[in-house]
Amino acid sequence: MDFDFSDDQKFLKGEARKFLEARCAIPAVRAVLDDPDKAFDAALWRGVAEQGWLGAAIPEEFGGLGLGHVELCAIAEELGRALAPIPFASTVYLLAEAVMLAGTDAQKQSILPKIAAGELIGCLATSEGPGAISAAAIQATVSGGKLSGVKIPVTDGDVADVALVLAKEGGKATLYLVELGEGVGRISLKSLDPTRSIAKLTFQDAPAERLGGAGEGMELLQAVLDRAAALLAFEQLGGSDKCLEMAKAYATERYAFGRVIGGYQAIKHKLADMYVKNEVARSNAYYAAWALNTSAPELPIAASAARIAASDAYWFASKENIQTHGGMGFTWEVDCHLHYRRSKQLALVAGAPKAWKERLVGQLERKNAA
Amino acid sequence: MDFNDNAEEAAYREAARAWLAKAGAVHRKEFGEPKPNTPEHKAAAKAWQAEKAKAGYACITWPKVIGGGGGTPIQQVIFNQEEGKAGISYGYFTIGLGMCVPTVMAFADDTTKGRFVGPAVQGEEIWCQLFSEPAGGSDVAATRTRAVRDGDDWVINGQKVWTTGAQHSDYGILLVRTDVDAPKHKGMTMFWIDMRDPAVEVRPIHQASGGSEFNEVYFTDLRVKDSQRLGAPGDGWKVALVTLMNERLAVGGSAGPNYGEILELARETPGALADSAFRERLADWYVAAEGLKLTRFRTMTALSKGQTPGPESSIGKIISANQLQELTNAAVEMEDQFGIIADPDVAPMRAAFQQSLLWAPGLRIAGGTDEILKNIIAERVLGLPGDVRVDKDVAFKDMPTGR
Repeated sequence: MDFDFSDDQKFLKGEARKFLEARCAIPAVRAVLDDPDKAFDAALWRGVAEQGWLGAAIPEEFGGLGLGHVELCAIAEELGRALAPIPFASTVYLLAEAVMLAGTDAQKQSILPKIAAGELIGCLATSEGPGAISAAAIQATVSGGKLSGVKIPVTDGDVADVALVLAKEGGKATLYLVELGEGVGRISLKSLDPTRSIAKLTFQDAPAERLGGAGEGMELLQAVLDRAAALLAFEQLGGSDKCLEMAKAYATERYAFGRVIGGYQAIKHKLADMYVKNEVARSNAYYAAWALNTSAPELPIAASAARIAASDAYWFASKENIQTHGGMGFTWEVDCHLHYRRSKQLALVAGAPKAWKERLVGQLERKNAA
Repeated sequence: MDFNDNAEEAAYREAARAWLAKAGAVHRKEFGEPKPNTPEHKAAAKAWQAEKAKAGYACITWPKVIGGGGGTPIQQVIFNQEEGKAGISYGYFTIGLGMCVPTVMAFADDTTKGRFVGPAVQGEEIWCQLFSEPAGGSDVAATRTRAVRDGDDWVINGQKVWTTGAQHSDYGILLVRTDVDAPKHKGMTMFWIDMRDPAVEVRPIHQASGGSEFNEVYFTDLRVKDSQRLGAPGDGWKVALVTLMNERLAVGGSAGPNYGEILELARETPGALADSAFRERLADWYVAAEGLKLTRFRTMTALSKGQTPGPESSIGKIISANQLQELTNAAVEMEDQFGIIADPDVAPMRAAFQQSLLWAPGLRIAGGTDEILKNIIAERVLGLPGDVRVDKDVAFKDMPTGR
């Protein structure tokens, strides 16, 4: 039984934390938060590329470090904790994973080395309106290798180079790789979490290259999302651990009615509840990391459970962290709201928890019936 | 990140499995599957414990010289898992070997240890722990049961409550008040006692669930020798903390229906699986139950590496007890009017949901209430301050007691 990060992985995680403490401290996050023209922290992005993190799980033949996905999970946890304002998830968890999963050798050669080098930003363009993604609702179409349609919102769509787009060709949902140049209009939109930018992308006969089989778009998308969900769960976990630390620190400094508020059971039990949720999320995330790294058949269930637990834990920790801080927590200057915003951004970006719960139960029904 | 035994662990598991298959078959042949709480059940449990002791599978982490297995915590966990899978499970010795006898070993003289440890390991004698009182549940240190010195003896009067297994027990460890002038934590003393003494009366509690797993224990002029004292007079609280620290490794399954069972029920209940509210809750229950199981794997990992498990093991009962209550409630509501039926011959799954619904309130209280467990997490894991204790420096006799 070795259900934990290895010593090497813990070392990597520790180094990642040190790097982010130096290069992604709160002022750096706030610089993106407070400047509507700053979509992400370009200096941090370059630094992260230099560290090799963008290609951590990309094979060496495609310019990556060729480490396992557990190493990437360790990095993700630290990025979440630091609220890193960079298009890491869009590029690494979604685009790179999709290309590694379903790309032709030529597609891998053209995209993965650039991602590893920090020369290519990716994004996922599936949403067209309110509600969960469904094949029936997709309006974007591809005809003769040209994509037309509107995707909104696209996280990192304002700065990305290549989009992973879900569209229909001959009525069949398919995934496409689209360079965001010719035939693409972009409009930045106000984001619930301004440290993670979003855009509306309008495609008009934009050249599109199929990724995976025609008509396999929904299945492939789900497989990519399973992989992303496992990784995102670690970002969420890193964030919720940080919220608990912030709440604990404040509760042991702030006095009310003659003693620190952390001495009152109303606060103690609230923080204990946070701890319980975080540990449930951590255990589920570890299981998803194992399933992701070994490409186990349990991945759909493990990733769903990890995403549900982590979304719940981060939401709870971020909102109760504000509550623990009282009025201070509701000011712009105190950092609580950064996590509150990020917790929702992360919970929605790869599909909301409700859809994941349905995915999990569907899997359980099949497993149980088998 | 894997779930595999290392080579040594795998070998140990293989050996345990082989032994369980062989010894288990012999045991079943001789004793069958007796009903719980019958003399036959207890006899079977004692025989099984003796077999385990002979093979080195009783008290695996204890030294061989005192009858243990001379093994490691991870080996104990592995054996527990395999014993559970083999379907042979008796609870008579859990508290004695997990909490009482370790306390005896820590505080008694050599003669006493020599007398009791062996028979306990071999299943000849059963022990219970007498701490909780009507006026001291969460607040164990509010103990009122009184011991008064009389020459070389102590004379004990009072009452304990919620004593698991008192009706089966030969001996017990008993926390009493010996000094009412001292503050409450400083005036207690621990003794071991003979549960067969006529001055000890065990009365089963008729629980709200309808069952009687727990007992009240009354002491009327119970006379014990000073040599039965464990630790110095007035040090009872320190001794009790050692007992409570020896709680067995929280690595085991939790009883009662879980997400798998309610999914089965939903399959057989018209319309239930189409209810999206139910489906969402089912997902939540799965996530919590699996989270707990996986957390135990993290605990095992620490043990496997020879480390002390982290505080993550403290989350277990808070989750499992609350989930049992909510899940069984959802199950009986799913059954609609039929959910009122608690008759095992009529209700689905032999009324497991109804029985667990009635048992769940007890589970949320036993072995530390939700509130006490959250205090423990907040104070020992997160390092938050303790509660205000207005009774800390007051002589016990001057403490307000209410009703």
